[in-house]
Amino acid sequence: MSEKEQILARVREALKSPASHPGDAHAHPQPASALAPSNTSRQWLPAVGETFEDQMQLFRKNAADLKADFHLVEGWEQASRVLMKLRDQERWQRVGAHKGDLTGAACAALGLPVCHTDRPYDLAALESCDAGITECDALIAQTGSVLVTSRSAGGRALSVLPPHHVVLARREQLLSDLLAGFELLKRKYSDNYPSFISFITGPSRTGDIERVLVLGAHGPKKLTIVCL
Amino acid sequence: MNAAADFKTRAQTLTRDLRHRLLIQTALRKYEVVRDRTKAQFRDWEAARQAAARTKWEAVNHLDKYLNELVGKLEARGTKVHWASTGGQAREIILGIIREKKARSIIKSKAMTSEEIHLNEALEEAGFEVVESDLGEFIVQLRKEAPYHIVFPAMHLTRGDISELFTRELGSAPTQNPEDLTMIARRVLRQKYINADVGLTGANFAIAETGMISITENEGNARLTAALPKVMITLLGIEKVLPRLEDLALFLPMLATAGTGQLLTCYNSLYGGPRLTGEADGPEKFHVILLDNHRTELLADAEQRDALHCIRCGACLNVCPIFRNVGGHTYGTTYSGPIGSVITPHLRGLQDWKHLSYASSLCGACTETCPVKINLHHHLLQNRRNASKQKPALIEKLAFKGYAAVVNRPGVYQLVKKAGRVLQKIHPLVRGTRADPAYGWTKTRDLPPIARQTFKEYWRGRNAK
Repeated sequence: MSEKEQILARVREALKSPASHPGDAHAHPQPASALAPSNTSRQWLPAVGETFEDQMQLFRKNAADLKADFHLVEGWEQASRVLMKLRDQERWQRVGAHKGDLTGAACAALGLPVCHTDRPYDLAALESCDAGITECDALIAQTGSVLVTSRSAGGRALSVLPPHHVVLARREQLLSDLLAGFELLKRKYSDNYPSFISFITGPSRTGDIERVLVLGAHGPKKLTIVCL
Repeated sequence: MNAAADFKTRAQTLTRDLRHRLLIQTALRKYEVVRDRTKAQFRDWEAARQAAARTKWEAVNHLDKYLNELVGKLEARGTKVHWASTGGQAREIILGIIREKKARSIIKSKAMTSEEIHLNEALEEAGFEVVESDLGEFIVQLRKEAPYHIVFPAMHLTRGDISELFTRELGSAPTQNPEDLTMIARRVLRQKYINADVGLTGANFAIAETGMISITENEGNARLTAALPKVMITLLGIEKVLPRLEDLALFLPMLATAGTGQLLTCYNSLYGGPRLTGEADGPEKFHVILLDNHRTELLADAEQRDALHCIRCGACLNVCPIFRNVGGHTYGTTYSGPIGSVITPHLRGLQDWKHLSYASSLCGACTETCPVKINLHHHLLQNRRNASKQKPALIEKLAFKGYAAVVNRPGVYQLVKKAGRVLQKIHPLVRGTRADPAYGWTKTRDLPPIARQTFKEYWRGRNAK
């Protein structure tokens, strides 16, 4: 018997004696599946508000609490002004990016050398970039998260290696909660999921030294979200 | 080696260490404040706990089905899945992968399962360089220590301790600023990432439905571990499986809230395979190792099976009055605190580790806080029962027989009380010394005096007036 078969055999043997359900240790075990429909969890999780404005406001509040910079802009003019201001303030020399409508326009506006990560690239070159500019799959109001995948955001490293992660999103990408995020992933990628999916919630952080919050532990020290 | 005696010695030393107590209590009080604030954002935290417990129950009680589904989905997209019954087998599999790749250096993100199987020691012994990348783990690795806490590995150290350590081991300038210290580690570890051949991670969940590994972290170290090296290895216990992708919508915020008090941890990432066609980065090879290591034995104990629901958030450690006073290293186990006391006897032997089940006030704070409702303090009682059933303690049995013989006979009981009052007069001669028959009690506690008259005597006297 292979190791797999041996382990599975032990599992089946062990499960022959039934365990009581959580919360009713003295009741008889119930045989049926305990799984409730997955959307029932929504009613217990933090509230998000009904309208788009409520949810946008919640996202803004969450982003501020997380120490991410959030810019809700009207049109591309304003968005590129935000980017150019960051470029000048932080003296960007080079940025990382991937192909896309928003990222393409951003790179053109910035006029800096670009390390593209959607084709084979040099790791040292990406490491020396001052910012990684990506698009995303969604913004999550409930938690202030940015949902990215290896397909939507230029692979695995672009959004974590450079010291500043800049996300370009559109208003219609705002989703209410995490559950809506998972539903979107299923609709969008169904049987061909990207190999990497991540909910990014604020810039990288640690509290490992005396529980003092420090930003930029290993990933980006800054997270900027520009929403058009 | 006697684990129980070691536990006692270490506990006695640490409960008297005021600096240690201050450090731990301050850190955990901070945790309680933010955790409560975040819990209050949930519309119904108790209902969410019940739902999480039910989902875990479903997964664990149909483990064979969900494991098969998980493995099928992972393999379909090019992931190599390995099965290991024991820690030794898991170590051999990992060494085999590393040797085959002719790798030299390995970067690790936090994995309690790797502590469980003593992976670092095995890799170093075989001549490989292993670097822990989680800041807290990096610090305790430099100190050649085990993690103090499953979520906060270096919570027993001050910034001064860490500065001293970095100066000694890394040659950095001393600093009292946590940010500067973090940046020192960041710089050192960046180079390690760039040079690493293999990245090794643990996992928080595995999704059967879509064949994905879910990793929760704040620092970005696990993301780098899964992005840069050519080979990625994930070691996970078989109990980590969840049925559906959407289950994470509940579990991710609950893990974060219970674990650190955040509503959501900074990075919650899912890995469904190696670099796929059309992707420009990520590992060429992705290995997943499913570890049993006595988990099926715990599974076979229907009464305590829910201990496998554990999501390793550390909440029960944080609220435990024992943990808060004796600290994480005192346990001498991979998993400390209430959950460690419950599962260690299953993982490493009941008789050697039963003492942990007595290191409890049975206050139930752990059970109350557990986000997946594990019946922790009852399991401690069950461990005590199982231990004495398996190997009865003769002296204890005899003592209770003697006690029963006394209290069941009113005459004898009166006599013993009278004798006690007499003996009490000469007790100060030996009190607190080894000649004291009650030494086990009196060395650290007062012995309350026996009343001069019993209630019955008082009543009789009162009525006689």
